[in-house]
Amino acid sequence: MAGDFDVKYVAHLARIGLTQDEQEKFGAQLANILGYIEKLNQLDVSKIEPTAHAVPLVNVFRADEVRPGLTNEEALRNAPAAANGLFMVPKIVE
Amino acid sequence: MQACLDRIQAVEGRIHAFISYDAADALAQADAADKAIAGGAKGKPLLGVPIALKDVIAVRGQPLNCGSKILGKFISPYSATVVEKLQAAGAIVFGRLNMDEFAMGSSTENSAFGPTHNPWDTSRIPGGSSGGSAAAVAADECIAALGTDTGGSIRQPAALCGCVGMKPTYGRVSRYGLVAFASSLDQIGTFAKNIRDTAMVLGAISGQDPRDSTSVPVAVPDYTAALDGNVKGLKLGLVKEYAVGGADPEIQAAVDAAVKHFEKLGAEIVEISLPHTDYAVATYYIVATAEASANLARFDGIRYGARVDGVDPIDLYCKTRGAGFGAEVKRRIILGAYVLSSGYYDAFYLRAQKVRTLIRQDFTNAFAKVDAIITPTSPTPAFKIGEKTSDPLQMFLSDIFTISCNLAGICGLSLPCGFTREPKLPIGLQLLGKSFGEETILKLAHAYEQSTSWHTERPVLT
Repeated sequence: MAGDFDVKYVAHLARIGLTQDEQEKFGAQLANILGYIEKLNQLDVSKIEPTAHAVPLVNVFRADEVRPGLTNEEALRNAPAAANGLFMVPKIVE
Repeated sequence: MQACLDRIQAVEGRIHAFISYDAADALAQADAADKAIAGGAKGKPLLGVPIALKDVIAVRGQPLNCGSKILGKFISPYSATVVEKLQAAGAIVFGRLNMDEFAMGSSTENSAFGPTHNPWDTSRIPGGSSGGSAAAVAADECIAALGTDTGGSIRQPAALCGCVGMKPTYGRVSRYGLVAFASSLDQIGTFAKNIRDTAMVLGAISGQDPRDSTSVPVAVPDYTAALDGNVKGLKLGLVKEYAVGGADPEIQAAVDAAVKHFEKLGAEIVEISLPHTDYAVATYYIVATAEASANLARFDGIRYGARVDGVDPIDLYCKTRGAGFGAEVKRRIILGAYVLSSGYYDAFYLRAQKVRTLIRQDFTNAFAKVDAIITPTSPTPAFKIGEKTSDPLQMFLSDIFTISCNLAGICGLSLPCGFTREPKLPIGLQLLGKSFGEETILKLAHAYEQSTSWHTERPVLT
C-alpha cells in the first residue's frame, strides 16, 4: 500500500503547498513510515470494536441558552484582513 | 516572583525555555498576591506561586503561537479553564514556554522559535514536546509549569530534564482553551520539582468543566492527602514486553534499582504482560495524525493568524499552510489526511482504532492484577541537538514507553530515579496508574522520592 502513496495528491487534499524538495523528501519519509505502520495488518481485528475515545461518555447535553460570546471586535481582532465588521477573503464568485 | 525573574535573567540566554514573558505583568500579580497574603487570604493554596505555561494554553490578552509561525501575532481572546483555576488558587500565571510546533515532536527542535536547551547539558535537547516547560522548571526559572501530553510530551521531557511530570487521566483536566492536536489523546498536566508540588497543582487544575464535554464528572480528591508514605502491599507491575532490549543499559539499571527500592518499601512486584505493545507506536501515529489533520484544518489564513494571499481561496490555503507550518507538522497532516482518505480509511484509521481497543484491554487486564505499572520513561537519555532530526521514524520509536498510556486513557507520571555517569544526565522512572488512579501513583512516587535524594540534585548553570 505504501508503494502507491502520492505525496503531491495528498498534500493538495490537506491544502498544503509543498516545494519540489519537500515533495521528494516527505514522499520518501512518509513511504518509510507507512511501511512501518502496515505492521498492524498482522493482527486479526475482525471481531474487535473500534475505540474512538478512551473514556466513553455519551450525550453530554447542556441547556440551549444564549450565553455571552466574543464581541464582533474581539472576533475580528486576530483577522489577517477585515473590513466593515467582516473577514476579508479572496473573491469566490464572479 | 522576583527570584524567578532574576534566575531567568541569569540563565535564559543558555536555556531558551520561554518564547516570551511579561515581567511587569508577573510582578503586578506578585504585588497583588503580597497584598492578599498581608490581608490574610484563605483558600488559595497556590497564592503567589509563579507557574508558567506551555505556548498552547490560552491566556486572555497574551500571545499564543503553539511554537508555530502560522498563528502570526495572535492574541488570545479568552483564558483556558486551567488558567482561571490556577488564578483562582492564587498562582502567578506567566510566560509562554517553548514547544515543538503544535506539540508534534520529542525534542523541542520543531519550534519555529528555535530549540530549547537541556539545563543539564546545553548541547542536548530537553525532550518534547513540552521541552520549554521541563527546562524552565529544572533550571529554576519557575516553581511549576503546565504542559500537554499526547504521547509522552510531559513525561519524556520531565525525565530528560530531571523533574516530575504528570499526565492525568483523559478527562481529569478541562481542555477548554487548549489548542487541540489529537483530541482523543491530548491531556493537560503538570511539571514540578517534587511530588507534593505536583499534587497541589494537579488538585488545582482538575475537575469537570461544562465548557469541555470530554471532561469527566469524577470528584477531585485532595491529592496531597494521599502522600502518606504507606505503600505496603501495593502491587507494582513489571511489563514483560518492555524488558527485552528496550532501554539503554544505564537507564535499565536505574529502573531495576528503583524496583528493588520499592520492594524494600513494602511494595510487591508482579510480572505482567501487555501483549500488544509492539503495535502501540503504529496505532498512535495513525490515530494522532488523523485527528491532527482534522484539528489543524482551522489554520487556513482566513479568520486569524498569518495569511499568504492567493488568486482564489484554495491557492490562499495552500500558500498560507505551506509557508506557515514546519516540516514535522506538514508531514503529520499529510499522513493524517492519507489514513482518513477514501479507500484507505478502513485499512488504516478504522484498523488502528480497533488495535487501540486491544491495547486498552491489555491495560484493563494488567490493572486487574496490579495497582500501578513501573517502567523507564524514555529508552535513552537526552540526545544532542540535531542528532535525530533527519529520521522522523526513529524519533517516533523513542516514545515506546509513554505512548500506550494515552491510547488507553490512563494516568502516568515521570520522576527522577538516577543519572547517567558520563555525561551526567537525568533518568526518569515512569509510574502508570488506572483511570482516575492519580492518588495511587502519587503515593508511590512520593514514598520513593522521600526515601531517595535524586530530586534534590540541581543542574549546574553558573
